[in-house]
Amino acid sequence: MSAGVGVDLENLWIRFGDFVAVRDANVNINGGDFFSFLGPSGCGKTTILRAVSGFLEPSEGNVLIGGKNMRGIGPNKRPTALIFQNLALFPLMKVWENITFSMEIKGASSAERRKRADELLDMIALPEQGDKLPSELSGGQRQRVAIARALCAEPDVLLLDEPLSALDLKLRQHMRTELREIQKRVGITFIYITHDQGEALTMSDNIAVMRAGVIDQIANGKTIYNDPNTAFAASFVGENNVFRGKVKQVMGNEALIATNRSGDLVARISTTNQGKMKEGDDAMMFVRPEAFAIAPDGASGDHFVTARVNHEEFEGNAFNIFTEGEGGKEIKVSIPNHGQSFDDHTGQNITLEYETHNAVIVPAGELAAE
Amino acid sequence: MNNSFLRISIWVYLVLFFLYLLGPLVIMSITAFNSSGFPRMSPWECLTFQWFGELFQDQRILNGIKNSLIIGLGTVVLSVAMGLAGALMLTQIWPKLRATYYTVIIAPILIPGVVLGISTLVFWDRINRMLGLGADSFLSNGIFLTVIGQSTFIASYCMLVLVARLQRYDMALTEAALDLGATHAQAFRKILLPFMRPAIASAAVLAFLASFENYNTTTFTFGEYPTLTIELAQKVRYGITPAISALAFIIVALTVFFALLNEAKLKRQELVAAARKNATVEELAGKIKLPSFFAGNMAAVLLVVFAIATITVVGTATAYDPGQCIADVREQKQLEAEQRIQELRKQREERREQREAEEAEQGGAQSTPKPSNNSGFGNVFAPNSLGGDEGESDDGSSDADPAPSNNSGFGNVFDPNSLQNDE
Ligand SMILES: Nc1ncnc2c1ncn2[C@@H]1O[C@H](COP(=O)(O)OP(=O)(O)OP(=O)(O)O)[C@@H](O)[C@H]1O
Ligand SMILES: [Mg+2]
Repeated sequence: MSAGVGVDLENLWIRFGDFVAVRDANVNINGGDFFSFLGPSGCGKTTILRAVSGFLEPSEGNVLIGGKNMRGIGPNKRPTALIFQNLALFPLMKVWENITFSMEIKGASSAERRKRADELLDMIALPEQGDKLPSELSGGQRQRVAIARALCAEPDVLLLDEPLSALDLKLRQHMRTELREIQKRVGITFIYITHDQGEALTMSDNIAVMRAGVIDQIANGKTIYNDPNTAFAASFVGENNVFRGKVKQVMGNEALIATNRSGDLVARISTTNQGKMKEGDDAMMFVRPEAFAIAPDGASGDHFVTARVNHEEFEGNAFNIFTEGEGGKEIKVSIPNHGQSFDDHTGQNITLEYETHNAVIVPAGELAAE
Repeated sequence: MNNSFLRISIWVYLVLFFLYLLGPLVIMSITAFNSSGFPRMSPWECLTFQWFGELFQDQRILNGIKNSLIIGLGTVVLSVAMGLAGALMLTQIWPKLRATYYTVIIAPILIPGVVLGISTLVFWDRINRMLGLGADSFLSNGIFLTVIGQSTFIASYCMLVLVARLQRYDMALTEAALDLGATHAQAFRKILLPFMRPAIASAAVLAFLASFENYNTTTFTFGEYPTLTIELAQKVRYGITPAISALAFIIVALTVFFALLNEAKLKRQELVAAARKNATVEELAGKIKLPSFFAGNMAAVLLVVFAIATITVVGTATAYDPGQCIADVREQKQLEAEQRIQELRKQREERREQREAEEAEQGGAQSTPKPSNNSGFGNVFAPNSLGGDEGESDDGSSDADPAPSNNSGFGNVFDPNSLQNDE
């Protein structure tokens, strides 16, 4: 899997005037990986990508592509191709001219270009659409043309800046699979930017979670989902219920938290924070909606929570229960639907239970905005 | 009722408006075909194409056209280049400076052309002297100065046109080209320039027309290379001939031609685009089935009609010989003139007889002395002297006849009979 060309960011800082857009980013991207930067809007994802593609010189630190320092090398000399957030297809050129623009630059003949364009059009499943103008294509087709145009340049690293954000949900889900397949076929490194955690989780080998210029966590999707190392990562990736409190007692890899809302609860300390948390620290405990189960009434202990049900909804694959939580927030509970009978609890107090290894404790910190 | 009144008013208004707008041009064009020596529509004398011939034999006009064309081309190149540079600069410049920069670069449009002309002349003259060059150096060449002078404000027009298009340009396109390996020059040439092409064409046409019709600035800078407008202005000072109408007609015809051509082209593009939208894949890949040039293209039809009309007119012009007509008219005129002379003679004869009779009656009773210089005055304003060319010499001699007395001239002027017998 490491046949392709890797990308490394070393102590990367990017400033615009006084504003720090990227703060000390250190990332190692393996060759041939599908790597995602995941973060909310404005956190600096595009900025990092522009630094990799060469449109922006880092204020400090280095970008290495295939181990080679890229400082001072312009975008037209780097082995990268960027798929722009708005695609940036050339509106006056036909599809085939768009796709083979990189060959035109190198002086390839028209016949060669047409041949290559036809190959690529076949690959992106748009055969014989080469003579159309970009404006005559649908959004998804344009998307694929942009990919073909970038691939035609035979880059070692393909950079994609939220390429699916303009598409409707169905097409987006379809393109996810397609992109992943294309990546496997061509075998080059993909660096993918998104604020959609679903996209990041489904496609990526590894994900970097970004928050306001800082990279919080780099890991594969499963780790990020199950073992987030910051409050932000825990709350940004997937749905999560938060319980604030103070560490009361550390017991190996687990800790007892005195929560503001539900008394003392026990949970696993997230891997990277193990050994770093001590008694009296502000902490947050996260429990996923699907990690809760309804316990018999009256049960109590350090992994039980009682709450009053506000409302319930049926989502098809699950029943969702929303209960009163801390500070006006709701606790969401998701019970998988196996066809069992389901009582309406609205207005009642229920007791919820979780298994301690399914709840995770991180140091208190900033949460992702809703 | 009310509605139809409104509609009629609108039509009347439109007719008046177009009469006002196009009337002078139409009349001037018609006078180009009248053989009368002064450009006029009536009385209509003969259909003639002689004024076109005369126009093309007028060395000064031809030279003016040549200079105008050279200067126009120079101005187009310089203005479009400067306008494009200015427009690009506007998109690159620090946003806070943008408004100021815009004002500065638009300012020349607001400055009177006269001022631009004088300042161009003065400025380059200084430079010329500073470099120690003579009066015949390149820097004091009329073509150079005029191109520079006109471009100072025409470039601003061009910039306005170009900025409008550039604002719709997505800078990411240039970045995309760079990202795909293009150099900056290639990105400019292959992406930005094609995008700007329509605006550049508009700017070029605008620049050429503005240069061609410019007088205010050029009048200070033309040196030894008078443009057409300068030549026309100088000509008009010495009297206007239908040759100028012929020139006006040619310009109007060319304008109409190019307007129609442009319209036809636009319409055609529209139709092709519409056809592409509906075309199947095979049609796109193979030969696009274009709609025939004329289908639904009014402008194209008009264009063809116009071309046929032009060919007819030119054909007629080569075949048609107005010689006979002109000779007839001349003969007619001569006859009329002679007739008038005869009449005048007769009148004068009668008057003299009358006067002699009166003098004989009153003897030398004339009391008021007349200053002698009155007689000259009298001659000039004598209504008879306006009567006709041929009449004048005759008039003079008839005036001279009774010359012994100074009174006679004066008498002619105030003679009530002479007023009555004006014709
Ligand atoms: N040229 C610039 N000058 C000043 N600030 C900039 C510039 N480019 C980006 N920024 C700032 O840097 C921050 C990060 O911008 P960036 O475009 O990287 O966000 P992003 O993560 O790609 O967001 P989105 O998901 O909305 O595209 C933003 O706060 C933005 O305002
Ligand atoms: Mg972005």
